[in-house]
Amino acid sequence: MTSLDPRIVRLLLAVGAPVLALGAAFAITSLVLLVAGDPVGEVWSTILSPPETRNVVNIINAATVLYLSGVAVAIGFRMNLFNIGVDGQYRVAAFAAAAVAGEAWLPGVLNMVLAVLVAMLAGAIWAGIAGLLRATRGVSEVISTIMLNFIATSVVAFMLRQLAVREEGSNIVSTRPIPEGSRLPGIPFGDLPNLEIYGFVVVAVAVGFGYWFVLNKTRFGFDLRATGRSAPAATASGISVRRMTIATMLLSGAIAGLVGMPLLLGSSYAYGSTFQSGLGFAGIAIALLGRNHPVGIALGALLFAFLDEQSNPLQILVGVSPDIVAITQGVVVLTVVISYEVVRRFGSRLEQRRVAAALATERASGTDDKQEARA
Amino acid sequence: MPEKAKKPEQPGAEPVGDLAVRLRGIGKRFPGVIANDDINIDVRRGTIHAIVGENGAGKSTLMKILYGVQPPDSGTIEIGGKQVSLSSPAEAIAQGVGMVFQHFMLADNLTVAENVVLGAEKLHGIGAGARAEITRISDSYGLGVDPDAMVEDLGVGARQRVEILKVLYRGARVIILDEPTAVLVPQEVDELFGNLRELKAEGLAVLFISHKLDEVLSVADDITVVRRGTTVATVDPSGTTARQLAELMVGSELPQPTREASTVTEEVLLDVRGLTLPTPTGRPLLDDVTFRIHRGEVLGIAGVEGNGQAELVEAIMGMRPGSTGSITVGGRDLSGTSTRERRESGIGYIPEDRHRHGLLLDAPLWENRVLGHQTRRPSVRRGLVDRRAATADTQRIINTYDVRTPGPNVPARALSGGNQQKLIVGREMSGEPTLLIAAHPTRGVDVGAQAAIWDQIRIARREGLAVLLISADLDELIGLSDRIEVVLRGRLVGEFDPTTVTPAQLGSAMTGAGDEPAQESA
Repeated sequence: MTSLDPRIVRLLLAVGAPVLALGAAFAITSLVLLVAGDPVGEVWSTILSPPETRNVVNIINAATVLYLSGVAVAIGFRMNLFNIGVDGQYRVAAFAAAAVAGEAWLPGVLNMVLAVLVAMLAGAIWAGIAGLLRATRGVSEVISTIMLNFIATSVVAFMLRQLAVREEGSNIVSTRPIPEGSRLPGIPFGDLPNLEIYGFVVVAVAVGFGYWFVLNKTRFGFDLRATGRSAPAATASGISVRRMTIATMLLSGAIAGLVGMPLLLGSSYAYGSTFQSGLGFAGIAIALLGRNHPVGIALGALLFAFLDEQSNPLQILVGVSPDIVAITQGVVVLTVVISYEVVRRFGSRLEQRRVAAALATERASGTDDKQEARA
Repeated sequence: MPEKAKKPEQPGAEPVGDLAVRLRGIGKRFPGVIANDDINIDVRRGTIHAIVGENGAGKSTLMKILYGVQPPDSGTIEIGGKQVSLSSPAEAIAQGVGMVFQHFMLADNLTVAENVVLGAEKLHGIGAGARAEITRISDSYGLGVDPDAMVEDLGVGARQRVEILKVLYRGARVIILDEPTAVLVPQEVDELFGNLRELKAEGLAVLFISHKLDEVLSVADDITVVRRGTTVATVDPSGTTARQLAELMVGSELPQPTREASTVTEEVLLDVRGLTLPTPTGRPLLDDVTFRIHRGEVLGIAGVEGNGQAELVEAIMGMRPGSTGSITVGGRDLSGTSTRERRESGIGYIPEDRHRHGLLLDAPLWENRVLGHQTRRPSVRRGLVDRRAATADTQRIINTYDVRTPGPNVPARALSGGNQQKLIVGREMSGEPTLLIAAHPTRGVDVGAQAAIWDQIRIARREGLAVLLISADLDELIGLSDRIEVVLRGRLVGEFDPTTVTPAQLGSAMTGAGDEPAQESA
């Protein structure tokens, strides 16, 4: 072990943890299937069969949405803030953006940009409430964001009723649809017609890059990570932890505001009672699985989207409810936490041993020199 | 059992009693470190047996093994002539081994009797029987403990006696005291030693861990020296000097905080006036603290821990909102500014608790170099962290301050305490500070690092910094300071000249005994 380059060891450990977690999650899911008397082999062969082009498009689209959610959660995690409220934040944001864009105050692309900015602002404000409470009154952001999720549901439902337009012959209420010129065109994929990836995938990639750059390269990112690692040390170094708490929640909320945008600008074009929910909670699992790393989150998002998409035909093909992957996804959250802790301890022990060994050889040669000099 | 050549020599005198504890070939490895290796100790009944060694020599590990907190990897433990294996403190207690930790484990809001009985309710109940037993123990060993007193009203010395009583109540015949004098002032130390002599007179064996050699020589019957995890010698205190002990401990000459020619100038660099830190209820944590430090001067702050030293440092660093009064550094009024502005205006800060306030343990050394210097070159340029420059500067600190590490990319956690502290000192001396605040700079570091840190403080002084030194080590204060102020209950109660003051005088001032004039001025 010690002969290996420490960087390679670190990489192996980084990859080892999620692999361990996924393995355990699959094993536990298999156990559940066994206990329920379901055909384990057939379930996995259905899920793990290669996806068709149509499915690939669905996976990428779903992953785009999940990725933004994961990044939003990860920003908080890097500062030890548990933003459970991404769910409420993106719904408030998507509603606000849809309402504004539906009014079409600006023409074409400008209207779309306005919608995105409104979404980020709304998400930031909604998360900022929790940040402010935490910074000024010490209210745990876990509690306040959960509360704000409930409030978001009610507020959005109420506002929707105020602004809603009802489609002819349908029970679905929704905001006024975004005009055609302000919609984000998709990127064609494969040979089949009408198969398009959300144009917003470009923005998601940019967000991932921006996340990496801001956190790892800028002073702001350093302050954020330092605060996450040790708030007392950060305070002693001159960081205002209160200000960082608010800034981080605002940033996390702004990214959370983007979560609904691929859907709004790329497929639904309006916010209605059927707008997809629950994306914020998936983001927590994905951020954990991806270790808050921009590429890791992308892999986690793709995996979750893959499981969701591939489990759809389970009911028809093998007579098992697709909800079984929800068990896998849920268990992953637990196994990920455990396996990362195990690997972290193992890694730090390895590191200590390496340092001790390096110093021991240094010291040994040093004392030899001294003895020789004496002799 | 293979016996090595360095088997401890028995003291010249004939053994007084039979052996209470016999350790043979105890070994314990942690990843990358050999904490204990071939430890051999014989503790006689009715004696005080001191274990000395520098920090990190393996004393604490050894005591944890004897108290059942950690199992040894090799070797045997015999208690009262019977070989035992201890896998938990409960088993150790059942074998009659008790331990008094350095940090007391008492519930403040309970009485002495309740604290003693807590967890040992089955022995004598929780009522009159228990109370009678507590009184009996207290009287027979001269502990003078009142079972009905609230622990929160007790001083440090009394709390320690309660801890000892707790151990005796559980039937201990072997008592381990881990650095018991670290929290005491000289007068309390004498009282403690009186209590220990009572214990040994009753036939108990006391294991006394310390690195204060004068104390060890005055109280112990046998002294075992531990160095680099192994017992190097057992000596008789009557035929040994502190210097010889110290040399056994470090295996070489002992560094001393020696005084140098004064470099104090007339120029005031730190001017603190009327610094007060009120609390919502009761006595302020800092009460009208006023002092100055000149260019090239070291001001030492002496005091029993918890009398406002930590608050003083944090108030100067701007980490304590609500403090009033003025703080001027190099002519610039810093009252009401943020910690970052204070750091930028030239304050270097070696915090008391390096793990909490000084380091990001899981971050690499170069990131720790950036910490506290986020707004300054070479760490950061135009809002971006300059990893290359920060790494290079970390390497400079590693070389200049002799930080033992394979390189700047190692996480801080992997370093030993002394090397972590040297890194912090190096970092805080970067960026040309005008004021250095050093809170307990050598606490918990080995002798080598201690000497290096003392040197750095002297260099800082020579280079014209103002140094505020807070320490619980009176020798360190006397050896390094140009002036010593004593802090008591948040107030400065006396100024001393380190060239003439004795530790006993400082001790009196620290406890407020015999220093009435300072008290009356309130």
